[in-house]
Amino acid sequence: MDSFLQQVVNAVSLGAIYSLFALGYALVFSILGVLNLAHSAVFMTGAFVGLLLVDKLHQPLWIAAPLAMIAAGFVSILLEFVAFRPLRQRGAARMSQLISSIGAALLIVNLAQLAFKPLWGGTEAYFPQGLVPDQPIVIEALSLRIVPIRMIILVIALALVIALQYLVMRTRIGQQMRAVAFNQRTAALLGINVGRVYVLTFFLAGLLGGAAGLLYGLVFLNVTPFIGDDVALVGLTAIVLGGLGSINGALVGGFLVAAIQTFSIAIGGSNYKNAVVFGLLFVLLLARPQGLFGQSESTRA
Amino acid sequence: MSLLRRVLVVLLIAALSAPVAVVAQDEEEPQMGQWEACADPENLPEVVTIGAIFGQSGNISVYGIPQSQAVALAVNQINEAEYLGEGVTLEVIYEDSAGANEQAIAAMTKLVEEDGVVAVLGPTLSSEAFSADPIAQENGVPVMGVSNTAAGITDMGEFVFRDSLPEASVIPGTVAQATEIFGLEKVGVLYGNDDDFTISGYDVFVAALEENEVEILDEATFARGDVDFNAQLTQLLSLEPDALVVSALAAEATQIIVQARQLGFEGPIIGGNGFNSPAVLANAGEASNGVVVGAAWNIASPDPLSVLFAEEYEEEYGALPDQFTAQAYTGAWLMATAIRCADSTDSADVRDALAAITDFPSPLGVFSFDENRNPVHDPVAQIAKDGAFAVLSAETAGE
Repeated sequence: MDSFLQQVVNAVSLGAIYSLFALGYALVFSILGVLNLAHSAVFMTGAFVGLLLVDKLHQPLWIAAPLAMIAAGFVSILLEFVAFRPLRQRGAARMSQLISSIGAALLIVNLAQLAFKPLWGGTEAYFPQGLVPDQPIVIEALSLRIVPIRMIILVIALALVIALQYLVMRTRIGQQMRAVAFNQRTAALLGINVGRVYVLTFFLAGLLGGAAGLLYGLVFLNVTPFIGDDVALVGLTAIVLGGLGSINGALVGGFLVAAIQTFSIAIGGSNYKNAVVFGLLFVLLLARPQGLFGQSESTRA
Repeated sequence: MSLLRRVLVVLLIAALSAPVAVVAQDEEEPQMGQWEACADPENLPEVVTIGAIFGQSGNISVYGIPQSQAVALAVNQINEAEYLGEGVTLEVIYEDSAGANEQAIAAMTKLVEEDGVVAVLGPTLSSEAFSADPIAQENGVPVMGVSNTAAGITDMGEFVFRDSLPEASVIPGTVAQATEIFGLEKVGVLYGNDDDFTISGYDVFVAALEENEVEILDEATFARGDVDFNAQLTQLLSLEPDALVVSALAAEATQIIVQARQLGFEGPIIGGNGFNSPAVLANAGEASNGVVVGAAWNIASPDPLSVLFAEEYEEEYGALPDQFTAQAYTGAWLMATAIRCADSTDSADVRDALAAITDFPSPLGVFSFDENRNPVHDPVAQIAKDGAFAVLSAETAGE
């Protein structure tokens, strides 16, 4: 491997998308204590709506991007109302909520499949090229090749993460979220509208997931109803690696998984990339079962 | 037994009764058929019947319908020119395989055992061929695939032929032409190493590169379903190759082309058969300029017979022919030539005459069968330009 620095650049830009996606998992888990396995469908929604607006309704990206994120946010809220809340109110086990989120994911993907056929005549569509700057930046001295879009997504992803951190740690609504995460009943007794906090959490998770999906679509141009599958497992690995429910953990986990994948491709070939990721995950969990940034239940979120 | 029996008689009569321009043939005018190879046949019955199995319904009909049309065009010309002798008509019974192996088997059984055809063209898919061709082989009826490219088709027996170049024959010619035109010295190779098709493409590429004394700087691999190729591409591009050589299926091919261009690579990207698809060009957009891929035929081929075929096909059907129609058209002419030279409707005689065909001038170029009944003719190296494939030449490469 001659180009260590180049591979670092490759890993960082991929990691930004993984992290953004994994944050959605982490947010919902920190509040509900349940994995939202339909988050990959929310990811797909972001890419799908973005493509629809750009390709079919001819909207510029600066309009399409926020709309795609908001649409993904609403799909995420819908998940709370359809897949989680009814079960939670009946006191169903967390496992049932997990399963119902898988069902919801399948449903959303199938709906997208139905929509794809008349819109793009199949199950595959492409973002038009030249939407984002595509002249590569070549730094001869370091033998680096940088694709601008990959730097742009890095900046956007980091900006969104910082905004999220601010929201959770510095605002009143963030305080409420942390209170609900700490103890739902106590929070309710203190006058916090728990239901509203849930909805808001799902919306935020959806915004981030949708942004991740849209950026993923812009980098690789290709959008299918199934692109959520590309990141579903990666995102889960990232949050387990980082520590379930930890926002910083999800962030670091995303970059870590991307780095492991990229370097195992550069060294050993693509077939082993996930084997290496899961091998390391296994070793880490043996040594530190709570994950890198895992905390005890009481201080979560 | 709800098989659709599609006899072409109506079409034939319509075509034959149309006013035939009896203009004195210009000496220079290209003409199909190997007229001098053997004497005009004398022992053929008034009607010689062959079968054709193409997928004419379902997804596969995008190939099967044009294939049937190309055969019909060839048969009209053969009958008009009295290629099988005075008063002898070649008739085709068309069967629909619908892309289904069972239906291909049923169609082959009907043609061979009930209709007693002399020979069969088709079926459209390699998988259908693997299912249906053994029936022809057992009954000693020659069958010629006109679009089967999988390895092992003709291993089914001595009655199984094909005129569609397998990938192993397309790549070496393409690499040789690309090496000459671009002056390639060193390349980077990228291939999918978890798929039989892409691995066999890679093996053929490596052998062809060695043959042409092109150095392989480095090799990188990917897995099916990968979307990010930056790790592999940046590694290969850091070695500054003259070209990238890629064995991939269509979905990965598109990503590889786009990402290589995003990373600033401007040289040729030489691909296997997975690249040979209008969808790849459309999806990769501008990035596809400079993609080089071999094919059995290209509409821009300067060969006079190819030009003539393209004109006649377009005139008849109002659509441009593609590789599959050129192969189907050539297949019908090859079969007619075998019947003409055998001067017999005995399937074994026709088989021997078919196997003996050499240097047959066709839209595909000068065509022969090798000892394994596989086609031998020069492939066309193509280069993508503005969303379409042009024939690779110093001119098209330089622009």
